[in-house]
Amino acid sequence: MQIAARRLDQVTIFDITGHIDLANSPELRKVLLKELKETKTPRVILNLTGVRYIDSSGVASLVEGLKAARDQNLRFILYGLSPSAREVLQLSRLIKIFEVFDNEQQALA
Amino acid sequence: MTFDAVCTIVSALVPPDFQRVTEMTRVKDAREVAGAERLHNSGLLLDLALVSDPLLLCVVRAAIERLTEVSGFSPPECRSITRAVDEAVANVMRHAYGGSLDKRIDVSCKRISGMVNGVHREGLEIELLDKGVPFDKKKLTARSLDEVKPGGLGLHFIRDSMDVMEHSHVNGVNRLRLVKYLSADGRGQKSQGE
Repeated sequence: MQIAARRLDQVTIFDITGHIDLANSPELRKVLLKELKETKTPRVILNLTGVRYIDSSGVASLVEGLKAARDQNLRFILYGLSPSAREVLQLSRLIKIFEVFDNEQQALA
Repeated sequence: MTFDAVCTIVSALVPPDFQRVTEMTRVKDAREVAGAERLHNSGLLLDLALVSDPLLLCVVRAAIERLTEVSGFSPPECRSITRAVDEAVANVMRHAYGGSLDKRIDVSCKRISGMVNGVHREGLEIELLDKGVPFDKKKLTARSLDEVKPGGLGLHFIRDSMDVMEHSHVNGVNRLRLVKYLSADGRGQKSQGE
């Protein structure tokens, strides 16, 4: 997994690529919680276009990010879900609690 | 081990008549053909031994995904079975071995066939063996999905994906048996059990 950050005005976009699993989900969690709890960027967007796989530990990291965002009254947005990533969020019934968009333009609107 | 190396191993082990993706057929010489036939008779398709390092989860996923492809499962089912095995192996790493990186995990995959609810079915059986802490039966109940909280989803993913999930602990060995059936037309579908 690789994470690259793009910082815009009041928005940070994390471009994530690769697989999110037990081997690297702690890293994702750390990056997200730092952005949400310390930097407190008003809108944090995850570009998951390049993510081909997310396991339950990855989903847990996303849920922690969402909870941290809600605690700080920030927005936490996902876009570009692969079929696998979408299936995992649907299976866990968590897709309805996230703000999910198809592309970056929609996520930034 | 590279992804290509995994694919080569899978190709060598899967019997040719079980392969529906011709590009995966890489049996090249008489020795490999003989080995494949023996494995076909035993039902064994793939045998993996790995250490409990999460960095190897991607290797397991690659092998299982290709194996399910050549076994005739649909793309969503391939993803689903792969997810179940990945979560099961991750559970062993995290819970049975408590994060130790050097413990052994065995994953074996067999072609199975027989009568299920009065219907002849073929399918894929995946067995995981480890010598870690025994299963905690209290934790074998997947948590309610109405709760919005991190964690506890892996078991739900496994149960949702597979037709059969059985566990046992005998002589210090944890055994998890997962089965997914193919439907009569060669495409898997959810059944009510064995």
